[in-house]
Amino acid sequence: MSLSRREFLKSSAAASAAAAVGMSVPAELEAAAGQAEGGWRWDKAACRFCGTGCGIMMATKNGKIVAVKGDPAAPVNRGLNCIKGYFNAKIMYGADRLTQPLLRVGADGKFDKKGKFVPVSWERAYDEMEVHIKKALKHGGPESVSVFASGQYTVQEGYAAQKMMKAGFRSNAIDPNARHCMASAVVGFYQTFGVDEPSGCYDDIELTDTIVSWGSNMAEMHPILWSRVTDRKLSDPERVKVISIQTYTHRTSDLADTEIIFSPNTDTALWNYIAREIVMRDEAEGIIDWDFVKKHMIFTAGPVNIGYGMRRAGEKSLKDGKYTALEMEIIDKEMKTTVSAKEGPALEPFGYKAGDTMKHTGGTLGHWEISFEEYKKSLEPYDLHYTATIVKGDPDENLESFKEKLQELANLYIEKGRKVVSFWTMGMNQHTRGTWTNTLAYNVHFMLNKQAKPGDGAFSLTGQPSACGTAREVGTFTHRLPADMMVKNPKHRKIAENKWKIPNGTLNGVGKQHIMAIHRGIEDGLIKFAWVNVCNPYQDSASASHWINAARDMDNFIVTSDGYPGISAKVSDLILPTAMMYEKWGAYGNAERRTQHWRQQVLPIGDSMSDTWQWIELSKRFTVKDLWGAWAPSGPRKKALPSVIAKAKAMGYSDNTTMYDILFANKDAKSYKLDQKDPIQAGYDNSEGYGDSRNVVGSDGKVFDGYGFFIQKYLWEEYAAFTRGHGHDLAPFDVYHKVRGLKWPVVDGKETSWRFNAKYDPYAAKATKETGNSHAFYGTLAKALQSGTLKGKDKSSKKKSLANKAKIFARPYMDPPEMPDSNYDTWLCTGRVLEHWHSGTMTMRVPELFRAVPEALCYMHPADAKAKDLKQGGLAWVESRRGRVKARVETRGRNRPPRGLVFVPWFDEKVFINKVCLDATCPMSKQTDFKKCAVKIYKA
Amino acid sequence: MPDKMKNKTVSDRRKFILRMARGAGITALGGFVWSAYVDEVTASPLLLRPPGAIKEEDFLKTCIKCGLCVEACPYDTLLLAKPGDNKPLGTPYFIPRDIPCYMCPDIPCVPVCPTGALDESSVTTNGELDINVSEMGLAVIDDESCIAFWGIQCDACYRACPLLGEAISIVYEKNERTGKHAFMKPVVHADICTGCGLCEKACVTEKAAIFVLPKEVAMGKVGDFYIKGWDKEDEKRLEDAKEIKTVTEISKKSAIDSLNSGLGDLY
Amino acid sequence: MATLWNNYRYLFFRRFTQIGLLTLYFGANAWGWTILMGNLSSSLFLNIVPLSDPYAALQMLFAGAVIATDILIGVLIITMFYLLIGGRAFCSWVCPVNIVTDAAALLRRKLGVDEVSKRQPASRNMRYWVLALSLIISFAMGVTAFEFISPISMLHRGIIFGLGFGWAAMLIIFLFDLFVLKNGWCGHVCPLGGFYSLVGKFSLIRVQHTVENCTACMKCKTVCPERQVLHMIDKESLPVLSGECTNCARCIEVCDDDALSFSIRKLAKNKKTGE
Repeated sequence: MSLSRREFLKSSAAASAAAAVGMSVPAELEAAAGQAEGGWRWDKAACRFCGTGCGIMMATKNGKIVAVKGDPAAPVNRGLNCIKGYFNAKIMYGADRLTQPLLRVGADGKFDKKGKFVPVSWERAYDEMEVHIKKALKHGGPESVSVFASGQYTVQEGYAAQKMMKAGFRSNAIDPNARHCMASAVVGFYQTFGVDEPSGCYDDIELTDTIVSWGSNMAEMHPILWSRVTDRKLSDPERVKVISIQTYTHRTSDLADTEIIFSPNTDTALWNYIAREIVMRDEAEGIIDWDFVKKHMIFTAGPVNIGYGMRRAGEKSLKDGKYTALEMEIIDKEMKTTVSAKEGPALEPFGYKAGDTMKHTGGTLGHWEISFEEYKKSLEPYDLHYTATIVKGDPDENLESFKEKLQELANLYIEKGRKVVSFWTMGMNQHTRGTWTNTLAYNVHFMLNKQAKPGDGAFSLTGQPSACGTAREVGTFTHRLPADMMVKNPKHRKIAENKWKIPNGTLNGVGKQHIMAIHRGIEDGLIKFAWVNVCNPYQDSASASHWINAARDMDNFIVTSDGYPGISAKVSDLILPTAMMYEKWGAYGNAERRTQHWRQQVLPIGDSMSDTWQWIELSKRFTVKDLWGAWAPSGPRKKALPSVIAKAKAMGYSDNTTMYDILFANKDAKSYKLDQKDPIQAGYDNSEGYGDSRNVVGSDGKVFDGYGFFIQKYLWEEYAAFTRGHGHDLAPFDVYHKVRGLKWPVVDGKETSWRFNAKYDPYAAKATKETGNSHAFYGTLAKALQSGTLKGKDKSSKKKSLANKAKIFARPYMDPPEMPDSNYDTWLCTGRVLEHWHSGTMTMRVPELFRAVPEALCYMHPADAKAKDLKQGGLAWVESRRGRVKARVETRGRNRPPRGLVFVPWFDEKVFINKVCLDATCPMSKQTDFKKCAVKIYKA
Repeated sequence: MPDKMKNKTVSDRRKFILRMARGAGITALGGFVWSAYVDEVTASPLLLRPPGAIKEEDFLKTCIKCGLCVEACPYDTLLLAKPGDNKPLGTPYFIPRDIPCYMCPDIPCVPVCPTGALDESSVTTNGELDINVSEMGLAVIDDESCIAFWGIQCDACYRACPLLGEAISIVYEKNERTGKHAFMKPVVHADICTGCGLCEKACVTEKAAIFVLPKEVAMGKVGDFYIKGWDKEDEKRLEDAKEIKTVTEISKKSAIDSLNSGLGDLY
Repeated sequence: MATLWNNYRYLFFRRFTQIGLLTLYFGANAWGWTILMGNLSSSLFLNIVPLSDPYAALQMLFAGAVIATDILIGVLIITMFYLLIGGRAFCSWVCPVNIVTDAAALLRRKLGVDEVSKRQPASRNMRYWVLALSLIISFAMGVTAFEFISPISMLHRGIIFGLGFGWAAMLIIFLFDLFVLKNGWCGHVCPLGGFYSLVGKFSLIRVQHTVENCTACMKCKTVCPERQVLHMIDKESLPVLSGECTNCARCIEVCDDDALSFSIRKLAKNKKTGE
């Protein structure tokens, strides 16, 4: 099995070619559909958990999933799993699964915000939702109706939710939890490439010589990928180097040749240091691939005084005094900061020096072209001494040996012929300058021509199983439409309106209600209705107490659809029992653009129904007249939204046509037939299509007996049509049921491993036909720029087109808004553990995983513990300006922070660390920085 | 002496002798049952003792079963054997799968021991308590049921280990079947492992694939007559080396006896 | 009411001490009290003073254990204490099994079991045999023999740390005392009682009989768990000198005639008995 790189490429190309002619998978590996003799049935699916996207097989017996195995044919994992994946069979069968709708009710039987939960019918639940949505619409228009969406939606669910929200309610107040996990990567992609998602794929691991993990504990968060990294290291231990760049020592450093512990937020400086080495040594050593750079790159800069994504002066809740003086100490920095001695040198080329006051305006995506000389100027401050001084994160480490490590790191990147992959996840994304840091990664790879090539590239790994497939590709973000289109762009809106057969002008062009804006909007009283889908926003958002207070103590209506009672369900007014992953047809898209489908394996538990069903049922409650009239300006939308009722009538709809008829049960949809002779469908349940043997009484009080058409296939095909022909092409529904996923763009039945590279990507090949260039960065967003200097844009300059080019950004190191001081003297970093998935609603119900890691610990340095008089295993308060939690002190084991930093995972609702965290975000991506705030720790 | 008196005396004496004999008999019987029972309950070689416990046979002599160690344990790890537990009654032990030893650096259970059954000096390094040198047991891995040996990315035991990287380390090995993944197999190092059992607690298999056994049970022993030539440390074992005298089936008779035992079928 | 108090006052105090001590031990394990930690085998009083069972220590010695200083001090304190107040005061004032056997004795009287079988089939000296045997087995097997079967520790430890099947041992003792042998466990078998009988020979606090006041009602003999120690009743004014007396004071409180009372043993030898 030890293939040379060349052979490997050949064989993987052959595999894709085979996939094209439909004979891809050897017969014994094919997911057998029929009933096996033993009384159980195996069928393929994807793992429920992280963004790696391992293939699994599920065994079903007597209508229940009884076992799981890794899918030996799955290219990602070849039959292996991590311990979360190992327990996929157990996640749906927790003793406290929600089985019926629950509503808070008072003594009189009516809805009561302060009442206790009692079981109600689906009909009653939908009556309440309808009443409260109408109330919200009346209060503040479409902007008052919001959805906490998810990177764990199936593609079809996300698509249904997005369609009903944006086309039906005309509301863009839908944003996924993926905002918290990779929004900075997304904006980084858009800024650099003009289009979202990675250029490389996992095969890069087998093809590279150098793996650099930037602020990512891959060993715990992407274990199967990490085992591939490990295998690569074993294959050639001398040649292959693994570098672990982290703020504290963890499992990923075990394999590393070199570990660099950096001070939180200074990864931006570290990237700039490497870039500086490249640029400054270029003349002498000829490091930069000028041919590549000149053909494919331009240099750019943007404003630096963009704030920290916190609340801004004048917002209602600030005026209402909902924030304490302590909290305001930090929030005030959103408007104004004093340039510190630490960031001063880095900001000098941008016109600021230490001690200056920097006035911040709200985050902007704007940027302009600069010259290479300007870019070079921006790098000047990052000499080895300055960089090492501010970057060194372990106070006990020797500065000189640290410098040597930095030098070694730069040399590894620079070394001619050495292939390098840079991986990152939350460390670089959850960052008040997350977008910047992402773009800085590409800078280095671009200048060395080590991007979008087999074994070379900066590669953003996603955390969630379908952060790519659903949140990003379907576009369940407030600002997005399917397939990289933007609500802001009138042309894109028109394309969507036409595809959705809704009147032109229906879609709302203002998409600013990202996830923190939804929380803040609820606190400000703008949003009156919120629906939680496949996520746990009341546990996973920073400054959590504010949002919980707003949900519980204000006049609004919060609905949570979930399988289990987590914090969000507890905070809600109505809870809807929801079918979990293998109880419905679906598809996920992983971090390497691989889309994987599965069938409904079993019937849902109790009266649970899928999110798709829940959305479609809601659509039955609203008509053209209810939603498509004119709406006055509201919230972020400063202009009125015109009535499109007349246009709708011209299209043949009436006042009373329901959204169900327009968006979901239209003629197109009905052409997707349910057919038990279809080999894809034969023998499988389809609770939405046929109803099922549970005879669930539906939202109209009658037994639900199905929509009568193949709704999941319809949603897929309608969505996939958006993607085709735009470099985003997805294959037909049926194809995915035969193969182990395909990496889009799938052109002529062939998947694409390396995007933008003319050799591998048909779109790039097409774009370079005339020029003969090696690459084409064909993304279209922000591809015409004015020019300027580091200090600002030349307003008189003309916009210049930069088709097929990517950008190298000049971006400085800046301090985060909250840093340790004499009172709050310790950095707090939060994150995950291998054993638990996100907020733990599923994995904390698997007895083995619960026993393995029953509670979140506060990992800290033994010397810090000693100095604070804390005992190993003893309880301590972790307190910030926003709140405090109690956790057990752990000074040993898997995570070993340097002095001055503690790490607390967030999976444990009993150690509710997000009460402590600060909701500062990257002002460009709006992704919260969960990786740093200042706390004090004392004995409990 | 009148006959009657004589008879009475005889009868008294006989009664006395009889009583003594009966007493002795009952005592012997009782003693036999008692010893058998004590033998049974103390023959529990799979018990894990608190940190600092002296050798099991001395421990059974020395432990006064007062439970002070149990009371000192902040995690309720330690239990006192109850009737029905089939363990030496009243002695402290722990079941790591339920509650392991969390290895408190201040080892509260040891200094409170009034009898020295938990020996403070055995968990002391350079005059300070040091839980890392305790020897409660040794973790053993059943590599048939350990899913890491299947290629599953587990190492839950490794991450749970308070002496991570020292007591348990991970051996990386290529997975030839998949061609692109690596095994990450846990390996226990007997010289470091304290037997705290955090690994056993964390193990995700139905019955733990890594479990703690008392060291004497889990480990073999190499004779002191061979010393590793490449390891200076190993010379320590020479301190225990004894005079060597060997007997085998062939050598049990003295030389002269065996020489005189006839030629048999030599020809 | 006054009679009731008069007739049961010591019993009340004994139960109070027994249960009070148990509570202190229990609280130490359950709630972390530090007044009295451990159990009757060995305890720590106020986090400083060690208290240890001398009989257990004796077994350790026979088993070949090295006796730690803490244990030596604890044994010394306990031994001095019982030398002073009467060795078997432990049995009636501290030992929790006493509550069980007292209950059995009471029920036995109520059911009139003794009227059916008057003869007791065993000797009270059996406990000394058991005591000797425990030391022999300790020596031979290298373990503290009685400590592995002691129902006293079983019950006492059981209440503090969890009983397990210990209740069965208690039931057996109860039934044994009720139907098989009057005062069977405490008065015949228990080697710890035997051990404290030997210690108690020298104690200072004694029950004193005043024959002048005695009406020979024999109530005292009825309630006495070690009736052989009351051989002087209605015969002569003597202190109860046998170590087997548990100083339970039941005889004092049931006596309506002021013929029994506590007194301090005369330090001089009593000529009449030759002791």
